[in-house]
Amino acid sequence: MQDLTDLYQSVILDHNRRPRNYRVLPQANRVGHGDNPLCGDKVTVYVQLEGDRIAGISFQGSGCAISQASASLMTVNLKGKTIAEAEVIAADMHKLITTGAVDEGNLSDLAALAGVHQFPARIKCATLSWHAALNAIKGEATAATTEKPED
Amino acid sequence: MDRFLSRSPVASGREREGDENDFPMNKAWANLRDDFPVLHQQVNGHPLVYLDNAATSHKPRCVINALAQFYERDNANVHRGIHALSNRATAAYEAARERSARFLGAASAHEIIFTAGTTDSINLVACSWGGANLGRGDVILLTEMEHHSNMVPWQLLARRTGARLRYVPVLGDEGRLDLSQLDRVLTPEVKLFAFTHVSNTLGVINPITELCARARACGAVTVVDAAQSAGHLPIDVGALGCDFLALSGHKMCGPTGIGILYGRQALLDAMPPWRGGGSMISNVEYFESRWAPAPQKFEAGTPNIADAIALGRAMDYLDDLGRDAIARHDEKLATLAYARLKAEVPGIRLLGPAEHRSGVISFDLPGVHAHDVVTFADQEGVALRGGHHCNQPLMRKLGLASTSRASFYLYNTEDEIERLIAALRKIQRFFAG
Ligand SMILES: Cc1ncc(COP(=O)(O)O)c(C=O)c1O
Repeated sequence: MQDLTDLYQSVILDHNRRPRNYRVLPQANRVGHGDNPLCGDKVTVYVQLEGDRIAGISFQGSGCAISQASASLMTVNLKGKTIAEAEVIAADMHKLITTGAVDEGNLSDLAALAGVHQFPARIKCATLSWHAALNAIKGEATAATTEKPED
Repeated sequence: MDRFLSRSPVASGREREGDENDFPMNKAWANLRDDFPVLHQQVNGHPLVYLDNAATSHKPRCVINALAQFYERDNANVHRGIHALSNRATAAYEAARERSARFLGAASAHEIIFTAGTTDSINLVACSWGGANLGRGDVILLTEMEHHSNMVPWQLLARRTGARLRYVPVLGDEGRLDLSQLDRVLTPEVKLFAFTHVSNTLGVINPITELCARARACGAVTVVDAAQSAGHLPIDVGALGCDFLALSGHKMCGPTGIGILYGRQALLDAMPPWRGGGSMISNVEYFESRWAPAPQKFEAGTPNIADAIALGRAMDYLDDLGRDAIARHDEKLATLAYARLKAEVPGIRLLGPAEHRSGVISFDLPGVHAHDVVTFADQEGVALRGGHHCNQPLMRKLGLASTSRASFYLYNTEDEIERLIAALRKIQRFFAG
């Protein structure tokens, strides 16, 4: 049996209760959308790119504790990073969320999401905002979707 | 509850004894949980409490055995061979059709078409009847509580034919249809009225006898989505007066991949085929073919033989218990669960009526997302569903992104309501942290 406190670590509960950077970013010049048709959850990520640096990042949307915390933690960790750095973090995160591997020392508080991989149905909740952020950074206007609709 | 239920021959055939809450339990109800092998397992260290019956029901051993027996003894293609196995397979398959006709009160087995399920059945009506009978200016009437599978096929049909969609509104969280609006929306342009018997999100039981009568008076063809009711309530299509009725085997103790479309003979006879292939023809030339009569006309290719036979066995199982008794069991559990959830889970928002309802209860726990509720409940061994339940427009109307849902069936118990409530209270404490 998996332990629920692996999934709902205190960092996650905290970010769910008090999501950071939860707002529209007026100076954003990139916007990415994420949709999880399975549950109807939606997220919008706002990015202010200055050259290749993420000068500002915020999000809004509705979702479970995992998706809200993942989005909140993401905004904290991607702010100030270059696009290349952000892509490395996003790739590490993808590995962490899907396999639980935390060999990268630079994930810091993001490692709180390592428990998600034990709950396969919840992996998409954790990756949704990251897909939306990558879409935003790459300037893609289309909605990120975690999968095809169920019906 | 629908008046139809209380008037049905099945309901009146078995009188209640004792007080109002004492629903009849014939011998088939004794040790009923032992009939379902899957129920006897631990999930995350707890005995399984399966409350996701609206998604799919479990299968009694007699249904599982029927599948195994067919493949071990009788397996052959139907309607084609002359050898012994093919004869047996054909006889069993057609017997399942006869059984289905009896189960639904159809005038004859010719009115029973085997399909892959409710979705497939509705698409058949939309493609075949809809394609031949609808055009620009016509209206397809639906209700706001329809499952996506009783909505999207009509949207596709409307796009193809130029027909328009119109909806009977749903009244708030209690989820009843606003019948005061029926005169406004059920006008002569309405050529087809499709509605669900029981809502898979709200648990409300619609007055389908009345809806069918109103539609008939207006000249509209009716399609009843019986996915959530066929295994739960007595249904008699003759008394009901519907034109089409769709159901899924897997939600009524039968296998997945098999369902039924009931269609009134006169309509089926006039409808074109929707898929071409073997078995649905009477004569094929290189450039032209003639169709077999219904139901074969609508069953192109090798059908789902084993699952149809096992569905017939599921119908025997349900009728041994008595669908009137199943309905009362569902309602008793759901009414009790509704009252207890309301009283014992602070702040809970419950959808659907408090009583006279089916066994489906959706709810929202303030501050805890449905996904978190379902993951947490699963850790307690309680299987729920969380999401939009293929009811996105209804959810949006109610101002919800998703809900958690508990759905009861014949093998659920009052103790399981206790386990549900304990899990929800634990979730609340955890997230209140
Ligand atoms: C009311 C209702 N209609 C239709 C369906 C579709 O059934 P199926 O997926 O078996 O075709 C369902 C199943 O979820 C349902 O609850």
